[in-house]
Amino acid sequence: MVKVDGSAGQPGLIEVRDLDKTYRRGGEEIHVLQGLNLDVSAGEFVAFMGPSGSGKTTLLNLLGGLDVPTRGSITVAGDEITHMSSGKLTEWRARHVGFVFQMYNLIPVLTAFQNVELPLLLTKLSKAERRAHVETALSVVGLTDRMNHFPRQLSGGQEQRVTIARSIVSDPTFLLCDEPTGDLDRKSADEVMALLEELVGHHHKTVLMVTHDPLIAARAQTTLHLEKGVLVEASKLPHGVTAGGVA
Amino acid sequence: MKFARIIWANLFRKKVRLLLTLGSFAVALFLFIFLAVVRDAFNRGADVAGADRLVVINRTSIINTIPLSYRDKITRIRGVKSITHNNWFGGTYIEEKNFFPQFVIDPENQRQVFPELIVPDDQWNAFVKDRQGAIAGAQLAKRFRWKIGDRIPIKTTFFGGGSWEFNLVGIYHGKRPQDDETQFWLQWDYFEERVPQENKGQIGWYVLRVDNPDDSPGIAKAIDDEFENSPYETKTQTESAFAASWVKQFGNIQALIVSIGTVVFFTLLLVTGNTMAISVRERTSELAVFKAIGFSDLSVLLLVLAEALAIALIGGALGMLLAILAVPGLAKVLNGLLPSIVLSPSMLVFGIVVAVFTGILSGLLPGLGAMRLRIVNALRRV
Amino acid sequence: MAANVFYWFLITLFGAIVLFLGLAILIGLLAPLLGSVPVSYNLRSIRARWTSTIVAILGIAGTVGVFVAMLSLARGFKATLVASGSPGNALVMRAGSSSEMMGGITLDSIKVLQDAPGIARDAAGTPILTQDVVGVIPVPLITTGTDANVQVRGVSPNVLEVRKFVKIVQGRMFRAGLNELVVGKNASKTYQGLTVGNKIDFAGGHWEVVGVFDAGGSAFDSEVWCDSQIFNQVLKRPANIFQSATVHLASPATFQQFKDAVISDPRLNVDVYREIDYYAKQSTTMTKLITVLGGLVAAIMAIGAIFGALNTMYSAVAERGREIATLRALGFSSRNVILSFLFEALLISFLGGIIGCLAVLPLNGLTTSTMNFQTFSNVAFAFKITFDLLVMGVLFALVMGVLGGLLPAIRAAFQPVSVALREL
Repeated sequence: MVKVDGSAGQPGLIEVRDLDKTYRRGGEEIHVLQGLNLDVSAGEFVAFMGPSGSGKTTLLNLLGGLDVPTRGSITVAGDEITHMSSGKLTEWRARHVGFVFQMYNLIPVLTAFQNVELPLLLTKLSKAERRAHVETALSVVGLTDRMNHFPRQLSGGQEQRVTIARSIVSDPTFLLCDEPTGDLDRKSADEVMALLEELVGHHHKTVLMVTHDPLIAARAQTTLHLEKGVLVEASKLPHGVTAGGVA
Repeated sequence: MKFARIIWANLFRKKVRLLLTLGSFAVALFLFIFLAVVRDAFNRGADVAGADRLVVINRTSIINTIPLSYRDKITRIRGVKSITHNNWFGGTYIEEKNFFPQFVIDPENQRQVFPELIVPDDQWNAFVKDRQGAIAGAQLAKRFRWKIGDRIPIKTTFFGGGSWEFNLVGIYHGKRPQDDETQFWLQWDYFEERVPQENKGQIGWYVLRVDNPDDSPGIAKAIDDEFENSPYETKTQTESAFAASWVKQFGNIQALIVSIGTVVFFTLLLVTGNTMAISVRERTSELAVFKAIGFSDLSVLLLVLAEALAIALIGGALGMLLAILAVPGLAKVLNGLLPSIVLSPSMLVFGIVVAVFTGILSGLLPGLGAMRLRIVNALRRV
Repeated sequence: MAANVFYWFLITLFGAIVLFLGLAILIGLLAPLLGSVPVSYNLRSIRARWTSTIVAILGIAGTVGVFVAMLSLARGFKATLVASGSPGNALVMRAGSSSEMMGGITLDSIKVLQDAPGIARDAAGTPILTQDVVGVIPVPLITTGTDANVQVRGVSPNVLEVRKFVKIVQGRMFRAGLNELVVGKNASKTYQGLTVGNKIDFAGGHWEVVGVFDAGGSAFDSEVWCDSQIFNQVLKRPANIFQSATVHLASPATFQQFKDAVISDPRLNVDVYREIDYYAKQSTTMTKLITVLGGLVAAIMAIGAIFGALNTMYSAVAERGREIATLRALGFSSRNVILSFLFEALLISFLGGIIGCLAVLPLNGLTTSTMNFQTFSNVAFAFKITFDLLVMGVLFALVMGVLGGLLPAIRAAFQPVSVALREL
């Protein structure tokens, strides 16, 4: 279930109430998010769309604990993260969030295996246990044979799939993807989306994705538009208008 | 150390830069050790001085002599344990550039006063029996490849001039690494026999041992008072004071070395710090990803510091290794100009401390910057 | 034979390298004229990355500073010890003496000397020479208060006519037969109590300092002079025996004539040297020591500096990878890129060199003293920074700049543009 009016009865996995985010730029105040509400249950695949500058990435950053809101609350799996200290927030991120960014994800001097292993270095798992998890993650994304390759030896699509492997290796509560296919060609984008669909459908992951491409958004179960600082369900948009302009 | 792999991998990011930074560290540490060795060599006299030894010289001028007849009077002063006398021979062995110190010694008392300069008994006995016998320090013998039994000719214009010949019957070793092994000893009896009448009975200086070092000032004063207003007034001081004043005449060598060392240190710090800063700047997005995944701010700081430290230690170790290899060569080049060139373990420890300190300092600012990096800003850098 | 070939190969290689570097520096400095990338780009880049630039400049300045300081120290030392004395004077000592202190020459021998050809004579026809007695006397240093050995030289009262390069700059010359001293200007600065009007005791005598002399920066500036007859008395040495005699030659050319006459005279048993040759010999040990040590330090620092400069420049170019690619994508040729970066590297190193030279300039004339092993006496000498040393310092900086900037610039200029544009 995905709701944007703050009216959900029982608490879902992610619960956002009255979220405000304001920036100061050159003496002016810019209200990016104003009173935003969101409820997402576990196992959902949600795409966020909106014109550039609408605050999609800001929302994602806030949900992932990379930034703090000016006002409002964010609760994930029962944890209220908006008032956590930065140290606690860092720990929380390690345990609950998997990140897939548009680019710069992988550390160039580490192999695919080592990159996927990174989040596990924060845990108390033994070397053997870590290896097991990494191999599992890599097999889910279908790149076991590329384990010992460096990022520069992988195609764009393969790099993103390794990133996805890294994002699931510690079994986080949910995945946050910011334009995961933005830098890729059609074919690679398809691979990546297929993978995300599988993660949701087969492995019951929760995925929140920001994109400007309607075709990509269409592969998610639900699409929400960011309009004037709040989220709006796609069907509620004025007729003929699609987010981001020309389809 | 599961993070060791990340640190190691990061070092090799740009191989040329790594090599250059390692090179900088190696050279700087090499220079440090070199300067420490030279400084130590200049200070050598002060280090070897015995705590319980006094030196008596002519008050007027160090090159003036004192009568041998003063010995009895000095021996009678309370607290004097043993006493020996030396003359500076100052001759030339083949060529002037072969300079080494030559002393006329008093065999009867030499070993009591200088117990740290060791001669095997059989060689010593041969020395005492042969008026023209001579003993050389181990380093001196090595320099000219002398062997026991060699005949050593020395020319001098003093003491009636002419060529003096000696039989090398012994080689002495110093007990400690810093003891002077470059001296040449000849016998008082032979010397006294050959010098012209006007030089007979005159020695250069006395060296004496006291029962209790605390009594030194009192004994020194007693000796000088005894000979005040005589034709040969004396000046008595502890051996370390004597050596120290000798060393002080080299004046600002110390200051020179310290200032060079300081300049090197800061230049090194500057260059490596800048390199670290650039390397961190290149990686802001990566570091942001680290933080996003859940690495704490502190861990990112430590990562940068660890890299800086690794480079400092590896480069520094390389430099010190080169220094160790180079010291014998240096000693050979400076042979005769300075007493023994010695690389002591404490210098190496000092070198490691400097390397560690520099490594941490150079990584600190960039590390702090990495620590305070705001993830959202860094990731926005497309 | 093989050694010879190898030797020539090295010389040629060295020559080629020097030529190459010189050319590179020249071209680099002329880059604004030869290339089309505007200088303003370089200047703005420098300003935008001013922290890195300052680091590079200071690094080079530090090295150049130490380099010039060390060389000027060695220069000063050489100037003092090696260049003491005058080619128009000849020193006479007992045959076989390695230094004055070992020598012994009687008044009778000196009388014989006086008749030798080649000596300058004054208006009255008296030969101009001085008979010297040298002693090493402990006097406390101003800096540490501990004793150092001053060279005290008993001379004839007419010594200023022999050593014409010595001038009294304060007070007056000592009068014959009195316990009066004149002190060299460096000695006055180094030892306690050597000021005009002061009375000091040494060698068992009471003396008064009546003047200060300037010996043109030679070793004599560290000496104290008095009447040699009085000195002999005070030291309780035989009255008419001296340690050396220095004659003023009619002209430097008459040296050989004088020497031949003196050596062949059966009544004399002496060696004859030109005064400057004698002093040069007296300092071989110390000169060697300072040259070896100083040279090693300078060499090591130079290597370190080049590493440092290379590092800084490489990093600078690496950071601007995308800028460089953009320039090339816009149409600036590789040649222009190289010229531009070479110019920038040279500009930075030139600034570093100038700053380094300026920083050590205050050292010029600063006196320091050390002990000359061969004579047991303390010698003061001054840092001597000459224009050519400064030029060498700046050239050194430019070489570091070229070495540091050329390779990275070439690397940047030839990297495929597409790769560089995508560089993280």
